[in-house]
Amino acid sequence: MTGSIALSVNGRRHMVEAAPETPLLYVLRDDLGLNGAKFGCGLGQCGACTVVVDGRAVLSCLLPVAALEGRAITTVEGLGTPERPGLLQQAFIAENAAQCGYCIAGMVMRAHALLDRNPDPTEAEIRAAMAGNLCRCGTHRRILAAIRRAASSRKGDRAGTPPPATGAGQGQGQGQGHGAAGATAGRVRS
Amino acid sequence: MRLGRITGILVAVAAAGAAAFAVLAWHPAIAPVAAPPPASPDVIRAGETLAALGYCASCHTAEGGRPYAGGRPIKTSFGTIYATNITPDARTGLGGWSLDAFTRAMRQGIDREGRHLYPAFPYTHYTGLTDGDVAALYAFVMSRMPVEARTPENDLPFPFSVRALMAGWNLLFFREGRFTADPNRDAIWNRGAYLAEALSHCGACHSPRNALGAEVTARAYSGGEADDWWSPALDAGSTAAPPWTEASLTRYLAGWDPEHGGAGGPMAPVVAAHGRVPRAEIAALARYVAGLAPPGQAGRAPVDRPVRVEDASLARGATIYAGACAVCHDSGGWAAGGVPYTAPSLGHRTTITGPDPRNLIHVLREGIAPASHARGPYMPAYGEMLSADQVTDLAAYLRARFSPDGPWPDLRETVHRLMPDAPVGRAGPSTTASAKEPPR
Repeated sequence: MTGSIALSVNGRRHMVEAAPETPLLYVLRDDLGLNGAKFGCGLGQCGACTVVVDGRAVLSCLLPVAALEGRAITTVEGLGTPERPGLLQQAFIAENAAQCGYCIAGMVMRAHALLDRNPDPTEAEIRAAMAGNLCRCGTHRRILAAIRRAASSRKGDRAGTPPPATGAGQGQGQGQGHGAAGATAGRVRS
Repeated sequence: MRLGRITGILVAVAAAGAAAFAVLAWHPAIAPVAAPPPASPDVIRAGETLAALGYCASCHTAEGGRPYAGGRPIKTSFGTIYATNITPDARTGLGGWSLDAFTRAMRQGIDREGRHLYPAFPYTHYTGLTDGDVAALYAFVMSRMPVEARTPENDLPFPFSVRALMAGWNLLFFREGRFTADPNRDAIWNRGAYLAEALSHCGACHSPRNALGAEVTARAYSGGEADDWWSPALDAGSTAAPPWTEASLTRYLAGWDPEHGGAGGPMAPVVAAHGRVPRAEIAALARYVAGLAPPGQAGRAPVDRPVRVEDASLARGATIYAGACAVCHDSGGWAAGGVPYTAPSLGHRTTITGPDPRNLIHVLREGIAPASHARGPYMPAYGEMLSADQVTDLAAYLRARFSPDGPWPDLRETVHRLMPDAPVGRAGPSTTASAKEPPR
């Protein structure tokens, strides 16, 4: 049975018609056109569907929409636009962290929740927080570098040397070409 | 004066009592030795197997720490005790301990310097070990790499901080003595009994404890607890569905059983340690444990029954189950081609059929992480995803659908106690939930 459910996504309120047990991921992608979060395994094993709810990283493929009424949902589209990428998105672009890009929106959102709660994480804390998000291309080292870069620029730590980019071709436009770190839908908050 | 005389007698009696207690509580230090005598590789290897069966490392290793270097906090109802460093480090570990000192600690709960150990270290069980097995365990731990790691001070309030008082506890609850075989039982059963009682100390978690923390032997294996997890009964009180058999226990203790699944919580490191143990030893343990429940017990069959959707909490729980759980747990079970590490249905899991909801709440909150560098089992954690009220609704639904027993009476309070940091969220969906009836 479908019903009308009120969801708050990226600061905007949406009424969606959906069966209450529908996973949030399906509503984001199919009803709201927010295609950043990806369907990977559908079993909570890969993290590609990670979004942030009330400041915490959640697996949107395993969270029924009915459990989300009144809670603030943030997707990768809520962090910035292709023209004005957010801090983490900039860091992922600068480090060329995306290869195929499929996991990246989930990685960015998991890292976003981490840095919100712990602005200055240790390497061990970053690795522990990110452990549940898989990347089949193997760009983990660049993903970690991007998170460290975002953490140090959030600190405004201009005196310290930001970690060097790990690869060649770190042009911003090129990074954006990989897509997932940038926004894909129109409903965004700048 | 008469009063003076009575006071005098009382003082004399108290002094005599104190003197007697001091004699009881005092133990001499055992002189340190420069180095343990050399041991043959075969003895060390035998000790390694025994240490795995006693899963010594699971207490004597801190989170992320070096094996056997101690420092893990053991929470008891009296306070927190830190497991000691049992590597042969001279300053912070067992360096300098002779076999005699090690034997006294294992069998009497007295350390090399003569101080009483607390029974969180299960000398009450190890007292049953043979001379040969104690010597092999000694050879094994003394052959580890020494790690300098000072064990933190225990966090025990007075009077529990007074170690000498353990002399009185021992007098009340501790009987020293080797394991004796039952001549009416076969050799495999007796081997299992020896392992379970003396080495693997199953009763330390699976038996209830009295107010002073001693195992209630009259109700041995009727269920207990460990680390705020509930430890299921192994005797006739078992709620396992279907009932355990020697074969299914062997599979479970070796890693995974298609009907009952795998171990979680404090039992997970026990089963993980069995990876280094010969199958025959695990089969012996299984024979003994299977025999704790009376033979021919009718037992229980797994339940999967319709849930009353008029109940708002159960309806909300059904919605969460359908969106979050069903994709794996309604897949028919791994053995039948379903999602790996799932049982045929959740009616097979004692987390749901047991009398205590804590294990289910722990598993929902923390998920089940794979061992480092190992493939699954892996269940995602819901502690950051669902509010305490939503977990309450889900747990109530699971109980109603998959257990023949009634609801857990203290579910809501227990969830809120175990999930203080859960997201707040709203109480649940305000829309009409489409609670589905399970397949019949």
